Amino acid sequence: MQAADTPQRSYETPVPSGMNAAGLRRDARLERLKLFGLSSPALLLVLVILVIPVGWLFYVSFIGANGQFSLENYERMITRKSYARIFVTTFQVSLLTTGLCILIGYPLAYFLSQLPSRLASLCLITVLLPFWTSLLVRTYAWLVLLQKRGLVNDWGISLGLWEEPIKMVHNMTGTLIGMVHIMLPFLILPLYSTMKSINRDYMNAAANLGASPRRAFWNVFFPLSTPGLFAGSLMVFILCLGFFVTPAVLGGGRVIMVSMQIVSNIELFVNWGAASALGVVLLVLTMAILWIASRFLRLDQIAGGGH
Amino acid sequence: MWQAAGPATGKEKDRVLSTANTQALPISVSHVTKTYGAVHALDDVSLEIESGEFLTLLGPSGSGKTTLLMVLAGFTRPDHGSLKFGDREVIRTPPHLRDVGMTFQSYALFPHMSVAGNVGYPLRLRNVPKAEIAERVAGALETVQLGGFGERRIDQLSGGQRQRVAVARAIVFEPRILLMDEPLSALDKKLRDQMQIELRSLHEKLGMTTVYVTHDQREALTMSDRIAVVNHGRIMQLATPRDLYEKPANRFVADFIGDSTFLPVTRRGQQIVFEDQPLNHAAPAPEAPSLLLMARPERIHLLTGTPQERMNTFEAVAQQVIYQGDSYLLNAQLHNGEIMSLRGAVRQGTVDGLPSEGDRIRLGLAPEDTVIIDGRES
Ligand SMILES: Nc1ncnc2c1ncn2[C@@H]1O[C@H](COP(=O)(O)OP(=O)(O)O)[C@@H](O)[C@H]1O
Ligand SMILES: [Mg+2]
Repeated sequence: MQAADTPQRSYETPVPSGMNAAGLRRDARLERLKLFGLSSPALLLVLVILVIPVGWLFYVSFIGANGQFSLENYERMITRKSYARIFVTTFQVSLLTTGLCILIGYPLAYFLSQLPSRLASLCLITVLLPFWTSLLVRTYAWLVLLQKRGLVNDWGISLGLWEEPIKMVHNMTGTLIGMVHIMLPFLILPLYSTMKSINRDYMNAAANLGASPRRAFWNVFFPLSTPGLFAGSLMVFILCLGFFVTPAVLGGGRVIMVSMQIVSNIELFVNWGAASALGVVLLVLTMAILWIASRFLRLDQIAGGGH
Repeated sequence: MWQAAGPATGKEKDRVLSTANTQALPISVSHVTKTYGAVHALDDVSLEIESGEFLTLLGPSGSGKTTLLMVLAGFTRPDHGSLKFGDREVIRTPPHLRDVGMTFQSYALFPHMSVAGNVGYPLRLRNVPKAEIAERVAGALETVQLGGFGERRIDQLSGGQRQRVAVARAIVFEPRILLMDEPLSALDKKLRDQMQIELRSLHEKLGMTTVYVTHDQREALTMSDRIAVVNHGRIMQLATPRDLYEKPANRFVADFIGDSTFLPVTRRGQQIVFEDQPLNHAAPAPEAPSLLLMARPERIHLLTGTPQERMNTFEAVAQQVIYQGDSYLLNAQLHNGEIMSLRGAVRQGTVDGLPSEGDRIRLGLAPEDTVIIDGRES
């Protein structure tokens, strides 16, 4: 009340003066400092385990075979056909996996979101269950199931569904089956939580205005679920880009992705420069995709409004 | 399919929104029951709503108002019962074929559509030509005084504006029945008072049968042709606002609507007595095992001279005076310990002249205001 009476009081005044102003300012500064103090361990950690290694990665990628600065690691990627094929394969596998995840995950998430919440959390646990077992175990389990004399072929043949054993591993099919299985939860979780947050009133309102259940879904539910779909798909796609274990085991060397080329550059050719350059390109590509997507997401938020 | 649901759809291009809807439908609810586990959300509800009537469901939170509205709209499937719009039995008709307009408590405006997109949605569903949609959307927005707001996004609107858009969307396809679930509860008081008048005049203009839900008794009294007071999934009383206030059917209704003092009274022969004091009352007392005298605070007089003939008088001791701006409330203790409240208009000097705490006073109640009610809660 006192301050309002002083004529000097104005929002433009650079340094407010008056009762307790200096003390209050000090308090504000102290608070900011405390906040910084609290986050400093995390900042330090990020510096040590992220910024320094990535910087090192960049540095190494510009070192040629003779130990001098050189662009040969990047030139090789452009000139050699095999590298182009690897990048194409990587994108192909990632896109297909993402697409299959959407096809399987969207209906599943929708189903879960419509269940009463107790049943839904039970079902969600079964979706998450695979997270609790090791990636390697799950991947080898698929190998056992899908191989030539594996369970799936045995049953298929004994039930008379097909005659000859079908080749389901050590190729694209096996890679995709394994990848989709591993990636599905990453799609379902954000999608489920978005769907869960869509107020039932929206669907009721659509029905009340005359929309059949199918039209209400496409006109109202689906558009409102796209932020979750987008976030989940992006997550899956980006994880796929750098994925190693599953394509390595189930692809049987026929599906070569960037991550696998990195490994062979190191293990076979002991060429850290080449491996680093691949890593840098993968990183830059991922960042670019994230950047483009974030623009989309923001646009989407503006268009979607409110939520 | 829409023709079957009602002719008041896009087919008739010459219909203008502002003309009174002569085809409002009566609603007949009979023996509708809905239980959730042990809870009777609706307990054998029967209700006849006249064509073009503004009927309000009034009751405390959890009394079953929304459930009844949801049954009318088709979102809740009752255990049994019948529901007719006009002659048509609709209890098993899915919501999208019922052709009733509804506003939701949450407004439920689609956030991914503009204002015009929202309001035009029911018309697009009915395959109304584009040009006509634009025209009718503009008309509906005009009706709710939001002309020119069509391109706005929903999140750019204030609460009152959202409320209006919700109403525009619910009336644009000219339904013959309009349901509203606590449409004004999220608005501040000023806006609420204004919207009450607006919604009421909109109803006058469009004439559709309207079922309005609120827990605010003043709102119900202001707006309704008739009010159904609901409690525990049952209709306690269905009456005009005036009858409801003046002749409540039981203690629950009397308590829920307006303020009142209740005094236990008994029947002695032909007379109703309070503490051996025979009471003069204009309306006959109901036949009930327990009776109460209901005294509205604004109908009680503070007596100074000799009272009018036949006026019931009560000796009391004044307690505190509560100043409320436009009126004051004087609490007084009767000799049996009951507190009687008296409300008076504040004029220059009245508050200063009031008795102070501990003063012996006399309160008067005219026979017309001496209402004997059924003392049971329901
Ligand atoms: N979907 C539901 N599941 C369980 N109980 C419900 C459900 N809907 C309403 N109820 C119960 O039915 C009663 C009436 O609810 P409602 O119609 O929402 O009341 P109101 O709208 O008058 O506040 C309440 O006791 C509420 O808990
Ligand atoms: Mg309610």
